[in-house]
Amino acid sequence: MSKLSRRKLITAGLAATAGASGLAIATKLAQRYGLTPPDGGGLYGPGETLTYATQRFLTRHSLAREFTPGQISKDPFANEVAPLGEPFKRLQEGGFADWRLTVDGMAARPASFSLGELKSFPRRSQITHLACEEGWSYIAEWMGVPLSHILGVVGALPQARYVVYRSIQPDWWESIDMADAMHPQTLVTHGMNGGELPVAFGGPLRLRVPRQLGYKSVKYIARLTITDGLKRFGKGLGSASPEGGYAWYAGI
Amino acid sequence: MTHWITTLSFLALLVSGVEILISHPRFYWGETGNVLTPPLFQLPIPASRATVPTGYGYVLPDQNGWSRYLHFQSAWVAVLTGLLYVIFGLLKGHFRRNLLPTRADLSRRGLSMVIAQHLRFRPAHEEEAWSYNVLQRLTYLLVIFVLFPLVIWTGLAMSPAIASAIPAVVTVLGGQQSARTIHFFVSVFLVLFLLVHVVMVCLSGFRSRVRAMITGRPATDMERV
Repeated sequence: MSKLSRRKLITAGLAATAGASGLAIATKLAQRYGLTPPDGGGLYGPGETLTYATQRFLTRHSLAREFTPGQISKDPFANEVAPLGEPFKRLQEGGFADWRLTVDGMAARPASFSLGELKSFPRRSQITHLACEEGWSYIAEWMGVPLSHILGVVGALPQARYVVYRSIQPDWWESIDMADAMHPQTLVTHGMNGGELPVAFGGPLRLRVPRQLGYKSVKYIARLTITDGLKRFGKGLGSASPEGGYAWYAGI
Repeated sequence: MTHWITTLSFLALLVSGVEILISHPRFYWGETGNVLTPPLFQLPIPASRATVPTGYGYVLPDQNGWSRYLHFQSAWVAVLTGLLYVIFGLLKGHFRRNLLPTRADLSRRGLSMVIAQHLRFRPAHEEEAWSYNVLQRLTYLLVIFVLFPLVIWTGLAMSPAIASAIPAVVTVLGGQQSARTIHFFVSVFLVLFLLVHVVMVCLSGFRSRVRAMITGRPATDMERV
């Protein structure tokens, strides 16, 4: 008994110490290289940090899968949204002629763009998969301006680390890091399947982030804020999702 | 040690997995599927989302937030523990010595003998109690080297970020929804294994077996009473 337990205890103790110090070192490294997600504190922080750091390492420049026109879903599902508010309805009555996307924060030339201006920018279209965290999905063609182009136009400062984006609907906002913000497939989307982007799918303007789950693709976006930190926004967890109990990083 | 960490993380994965599943208890094949497309099959349970037609007049509470956080954190714990187990198992010859069946085991005679023993519910002799019989060996090998890798793989295949880095992870399965459906079935098999595993431990004497697992020694006849 004594021989067995001493040897086992020493082995287990060494393993536990190695594991704990490994985790501590990994956390420190993640912090140094900015790989801790804004909701990386608390009970589920270690798992979120491991996922975010690993996927940033693996996927910094990878492109979301693109599909053929034949693979576009005939029955895309728009999902429910909260009842549209007065500000949205007013702009809708005017055919969205007065819809504006305001870009502020760490930019050399903060600006506000009309839909017409955004549509005159270089556009890109791509056929990508949209997966909801609930488990369902569809494939559609999305058309829009790469967010990186808009960040170039306003002159995003080099110390920028995140882009916060807000819906015109209350309490609906998200943020992404610069790896996703500068990613060529991250689109300020105004068209879908060859037509205008329908209201149910986020029209007139939706930010599509195809390497993350659907809830990061906020509908009805009206404001972008470029920032070097997320502490000052909301409860400081990065976006409305962690405030509602959902992970900030949704590349899963 | 790795066994109990795996047990805990498996139970956490199971509970959170069920919670995530009930937000959309429909399954599809291929890349896409949603409430507007016909499912491959649908579980006859209520859902935690009003958008899913279930035939039930009520909607379960939404538990997806913490369930998803817990699911992915437990997955990390299970995967890292599993890696340690496999590395040490290979280094110490555990798989070769204790789990790989011998040729005699796999002969028709060997197999039918063990199956007959099981059908008669004959408990293992003292000298057999410390080694695994051929059915146990095959089952454990299947769980460790087929079901666990498959459940990890299909889980990763549902990640849009992982799929962007390694598209083959999902394309060889036939699509993201196929990955989700396979993930479900493999999980069902793992739960079945868990149930049979626990029943077997109980039948062979729960206290003595668990004591043996913790101390690393088989129970003697004296202790077994």
